[in-house]
Amino acid sequence: MNMKVNIAGVELKNPVMTASGTFGSGAEYSEFVDLNRLGAVVTKGVADVPWEGNPTPRIAEISSGMMNAIGLQNPGVEVFCKRDLPELAKYDTKVIVNVCGHSPKEYLTVVERLAEEPADMLEINISCPNVNANFLAFGQDPKHVEELTGQIKKIAKQPVIMKLTPNVTDIGEIARAAEAGGADAVSLINTLTGMKIDVNRRTFALANKTGGVSGPCVKPVAVRMVYQAAQAVKIPVIGMGGIQNAEDALEFILAGATAVSVGTANFMNPYTTVEVIEGIAEYMKKNKVEDIRELIGAVR
Amino acid sequence: MAKVKMISRIISQDLLAPDIYSLWLSADEIAAQAKPGQFISVYCNDSGRILPRPISICEIDRERGALRIVYRIAGKGTAEFAGMEPGETLEILGPLGNGFPMEEIRGKRVFLMGGGIGIPPMVQTAREAEADVTVIAGYRNSDIFLKEELAANGRLVIATEDGSVGTKGNVLDAVRENSLQADVIFACGPTPMLRAIKAYALEHQMICYLSMEERMACGIGACLACVCKSKEVDHHSNVKNKRICKDGPVFLSTEVEL
Repeated sequence: MNMKVNIAGVELKNPVMTASGTFGSGAEYSEFVDLNRLGAVVTKGVADVPWEGNPTPRIAEISSGMMNAIGLQNPGVEVFCKRDLPELAKYDTKVIVNVCGHSPKEYLTVVERLAEEPADMLEINISCPNVNANFLAFGQDPKHVEELTGQIKKIAKQPVIMKLTPNVTDIGEIARAAEAGGADAVSLINTLTGMKIDVNRRTFALANKTGGVSGPCVKPVAVRMVYQAAQAVKIPVIGMGGIQNAEDALEFILAGATAVSVGTANFMNPYTTVEVIEGIAEYMKKNKVEDIRELIGAVR
Repeated sequence: MAKVKMISRIISQDLLAPDIYSLWLSADEIAAQAKPGQFISVYCNDSGRILPRPISICEIDRERGALRIVYRIAGKGTAEFAGMEPGETLEILGPLGNGFPMEEIRGKRVFLMGGGIGIPPMVQTAREAEADVTVIAGYRNSDIFLKEELAANGRLVIATEDGSVGTKGNVLDAVRENSLQADVIFACGPTPMLRAIKAYALEHQMICYLSMEERMACGIGACLACVCKSKEVDHHSNVKNKRICKDGPVFLSTEVEL
C-alpha cells in the first residue's frame, strides 16, 4: 500500500501535513505526536523582521469553529533560521516554511534568506486576513498574484507553494494566476474573513474587529474551493479547511488535493495529525486501495 | 513527565455559590505531576464547541489520583460542565503552564491573593507553601466559597465589594485595614486587581507573582492566541509578548505589562 505523494519533486511519506500557524514550529506538538510520522510540517509564518501581532483577544469560538486574528506574530527569519529550523530539521519529515510579508520586498528578503536553509519547500502566505486591507488585496487580485509568484520563483531555491485566500469571487482564476507565475503548487483555503460581536459587552469579540474563520464549519466551502482549484490548474493542490479526521481528509483528496493540512483540529485534539494518517491507511486497506494516488481527484 | 490528554471521570460536582461549581475529577496521571498554580484544558462533549476551556487547578489529591477544579459559568461550555453528573466523563489535558514558584516563598511571609474565580488556585498553593501564609480572598458579596479550604493552611482574610463579609473593598483594602505584612505576593484574579497588586508590590518593594488569564486556543504554546505584553523582548517570541499558557500563567509582576 502506497501513501507517498509527490509535490514538485518533493516526496512526502504520506499526504498529511500541518496548517501554518496551528502547529508552531512543531516543538509544542512533539510532546503529543511523533513528528517523524507526518508527511510534512508547515511552520508558522515567518517575516523578514519580528512581528508583534495584534492586541488580545486574538481568538473567539463560534459554532463548530473559531476565529483568530493573531496578526502573524513571529520572531523574524533570523531567529527562526538559527533556532527553530535546525530543531525541525532533525526529524524525518519534510519541512515547509510559511513566508509572510507586507510587500513584495519583504517576501523576497525572507525567501532569499531561506535559500541555504534546511527547508524542503516554501509556502507563500498571500492570504492572511489579519494584517492589513491593502495587503489582503494582494492575494485577491490575479495580476498581483502572478507577478509576486514570478518574482519569488526567480530567486527561490526551493519549490514554491502559493497559499490562497478563499475571500475571492473566482478561486480558479487566482489559482491559474499562481500557476502562470510559475508556482509549483497552491494550498488553500486560508481562513474566511468574519466578525463576531459580544452582545453582553457590546463590542467586537476580537480586538482586531475581524478575524479568520476556521474549523469544521468551513469545511464544505474549503472542499468546494479545492475542487474548483484542482479543476483549474495542473500543478498540485494542497487542501485544508476544517479537517478533523480521515474522512474529512479523504474528501479533500477525492476533490483533487494531492496533500492535506490539519489546522484548527490540532487545538481540538493534539493527536489529530497522526489519527488522520492512521485513518487514511485504514480506509485504503478496507477499500483495497493500493495507491493513494488513485484517490486524488477521483470524484469529478 | 509530560502533558497528558485523558478521559477523566467525574467523582463529584457541587454548587458552591451562584454560578460557581466544584468538580472532583479522576485524573491520576495529571494529579501525579500537577503543581499549585497550573491549569488543565477541559474539552466540551458538545462537538460544536471546539476549543478546550482552561481552568485552574484548585486542589490536587495525589493519593486518590484526583484533581479539583472550581469554575464559574462563563458561557455555554462551562454551563455544559455544570450540568454533568458523577460517573460521567470529560476529556482533559494537563498539567499546563508553570505554577507558582513555591521555592521563592520557603521560610518567608507570603500573601496569597485571589479575586473572584482567581481564588481557587490558592487552596493548593496554601497547602504546599512552606511559608507563613496569609490568604486574602476578594469576593463580590456574601456568596463566599472555599472558605474552609482556604482557612485550613494559614490565616484567611476576606474582603467583599459590598462589605457584607470582612473588609469592604478589595484585597488591598483588606491588607491596609488589617495592617498585614509579607515578603512575597502570589496573586490570581481579574486584570484591574492584578494591576493594583503589581503597583502595591512595587511601592512596598515586594516580590510579586501574578497568574494571568487570556482567551486560549491550543493551551500548549503553539497558537499564540493568549499572549500578554512583556517588559523586555521575550526569549521565545523575540518580541515583547509572552505566551500565558506556556510561559505563564504565572509571571513575575515586573516582567509583564498590564
